[in-house]
Amino acid sequence: MNFEFSDDQKQLRDQARRFLAEQCPPKAVRAVLEGAAGYDKALWQGLADMGFLGVAIPEAFGGAGAGHLELCVIAEEMGRALAPVPFSSTVYLAAEALLLAGSDAQKQAWLPKIASGAAIGTLALFEGPGNPSPRAIRLGAANGVLNGVKTPVADGAIADFAIVAARVGSSGRETDIALHLVDLKAGGVAAQTLASVDPSRNQAELTFTDCKAEPLGAANEGWSILTRVLDRAAVLMAFEQVGGADRALEMGRDYALDRVAFGRPIGSFQAVKHILADMYVAATLARSNCYYGAWALSTDAGELPEAAATARISATQAFQHCSKQNIQVHGGMGFTWEFDCHLYYRRSNALALALGSLSYWEDQLIERMRKKNAA
Amino acid sequence: MNFDDTPQEAAFRAKAREWIAANAPKDYEAELSQAPLGRIALKSANIVEIGRAWQQKKFDAGWSCLHWPKEYGGHGASPIMRVIWQQEEGVYVKLTHPFTIGEGMCGPTLMAFGHEADKQRYLPRIASGEEIWCQLFSEPSAGSDVAGLRTRAEPDGDGWIVNGQKIWTSGAHYSDYGLLFARTDPDVPKHKGLTMFFLDMKSPGVEVRPIKQANGMQEFNEVYFTDVRIPDRQRLGAVGDGWNVSLTTLMNERMSIGARLATGFPEIFAFCSDFVTEHGPAIEDRAVRAKLAEWAVKASGLKYTAYRAMSAVSRGERPGPENSIGKLVAGAMVQDIGAFAMDLQGASGVLAGTDAEAAGRFQAMELGAPGMRIAGGTDEILRNIIAERVLGLPGDIRVDKDVPFNRIPTKGR
Repeated sequence: MNFEFSDDQKQLRDQARRFLAEQCPPKAVRAVLEGAAGYDKALWQGLADMGFLGVAIPEAFGGAGAGHLELCVIAEEMGRALAPVPFSSTVYLAAEALLLAGSDAQKQAWLPKIASGAAIGTLALFEGPGNPSPRAIRLGAANGVLNGVKTPVADGAIADFAIVAARVGSSGRETDIALHLVDLKAGGVAAQTLASVDPSRNQAELTFTDCKAEPLGAANEGWSILTRVLDRAAVLMAFEQVGGADRALEMGRDYALDRVAFGRPIGSFQAVKHILADMYVAATLARSNCYYGAWALSTDAGELPEAAATARISATQAFQHCSKQNIQVHGGMGFTWEFDCHLYYRRSNALALALGSLSYWEDQLIERMRKKNAA
Repeated sequence: MNFDDTPQEAAFRAKAREWIAANAPKDYEAELSQAPLGRIALKSANIVEIGRAWQQKKFDAGWSCLHWPKEYGGHGASPIMRVIWQQEEGVYVKLTHPFTIGEGMCGPTLMAFGHEADKQRYLPRIASGEEIWCQLFSEPSAGSDVAGLRTRAEPDGDGWIVNGQKIWTSGAHYSDYGLLFARTDPDVPKHKGLTMFFLDMKSPGVEVRPIKQANGMQEFNEVYFTDVRIPDRQRLGAVGDGWNVSLTTLMNERMSIGARLATGFPEIFAFCSDFVTEHGPAIEDRAVRAKLAEWAVKASGLKYTAYRAMSAVSRGERPGPENSIGKLVAGAMVQDIGAFAMDLQGASGVLAGTDAEAAGRFQAMELGAPGMRIAGGTDEILRNIIAERVLGLPGDIRVDKDVPFNRIPTKGR
């Protein structure tokens, strides 16, 4: 039994933590939150220079050729630091889709650019309110051109290319959906930044008008590829969420030790202790579920669909719980713009809704467990 | 990152599996696997007798108290091997309940603080199941605040005379010996006037009265001491050092991590997979799925938290107080699951036992769960442990800490 990251992987985590502590303090998050840039360009280049963007991309495509366990430990640190960069869109979604389904030429065209920081990618899936479903996709693909609207698209206004889920048939089956690769700078796409609960990350509406696109993967396999991409991204995003949950717990703990009321540190009151203990429980359960997800992802195990949903649900709950209760422990100061609590609260809500919301993943988990039991 | 055994661990697991397959009391397998959570009774036999036979068989073949030294009836095995054994023992672990307090708490305390001759006399008999031990800590006015106990041990020649009362003593009614936590000096602050002893439960003046619990079962006892004499050689640790001795006892308990904690999840998932409500199969209902998913990730989180602890044990580290989350999460979960299953059953949810759906297992969970949330550390005490020992928050202000015990204000139960 060795259900732990290796010493090398832990060293990589420490390295990422040190780098982000220096290059991504809360004021860097605030600069994006309050500015118009959409992301921190210097930080993005720094992450590329550290080799973090291409850590799981094979060397043949310009990456470091390490593995997904290495990517997991970096993801955790990105979450802890609330890094205001399009990491999840580019690395968990676009790069994973290319690795899973891209042709050699497509991989050569985009993966080296991702690794070097030269290209930002994203997944254009949603078309208004609702969770991932082939029925919800109306944007059409015909004769190599796309027409339709995707919203919200994470990092849509800053991305250079997108993987777009498009409708190619009307049989009512999953095979109606095909994935396409679109160079967003080549014309035919209009991006409009949208207001969101977490402006430290960009959200946009993308309008495709006779936009040239190339197919990604087989035409009738779009939905099954997408499902696999979402599962992989779910594990990686869960690590981000656990990183954020841990940091929110630490902030609450530190404040409870420091703040004195009624003549004693508020952390000595059981009412406050129990809030923090429950935050710890949620974060610990989520971390353990994430490790299970990491194992399944890194070994491409048959358990991945179940492990991914489990990690995703657990980490969503933990980050939301910890960021919410961190504000409660801080009292009034926690509700000021000045304190950083709201940055974590905002991010926890944004991450909870990316890739499909909690209720979607709950439904997926039970469906997957049920299928496994029936088999 | 992997779940694989080392070659040495794999060989041990294979050997354990083979021995269990050849020797386990299979006649009880079905009944044990359907038994409710927690301590159980068998319909067809006395569980203490069946358990004793299993314990003796394990002892004779060298599988009992694996991590104890060989000279005391153990096998000198590493902690990870004990974990592997518990995994392989599976449903038959339920037969070991009468012996876990002796193996996990009383035995290690005797090992750390007893005379050599006593260790050789008592420990192998714990390992073989020949003698059963109980732990006499809690009292009517000393539950969560165990250092507030009042049972008095007063010096008398070469021994001690004990008077007082213990409560919530699991298995006292079939125990041969007990680990007794008593007050030897009421003139000093409460933690400083305590001493640990062990005694023969058949000693004159010991009276065991069973407690009938709220769920109708009978697992605990009150134990009364009236002028009970204990020889001084049965004192464990120095006079007045009982609090430190008790910490050793409790620390050993924390090592028992491999045993799977019952959460009720497999039971509720199976139930919802088959049960049909007026709206159709329960498992197709979104609200049911949301609840099931919530419990699934908790059960999974506990499982993999235990795996992380096992990895630490495998590397030779001691598991820390992080493991306090297990019972805290599982206790509340069992209670929620019981209530939820009964709600799904509608008016019939009121029925119990074989008159109820699923042989009444969810009603049994609902009625038994309050005990889970209290026994062995209440939910609130466990949260305090997490907050203070894991997160490093300061202890609560204790108004009785530096006051001589006999000057602490008290009131009844």
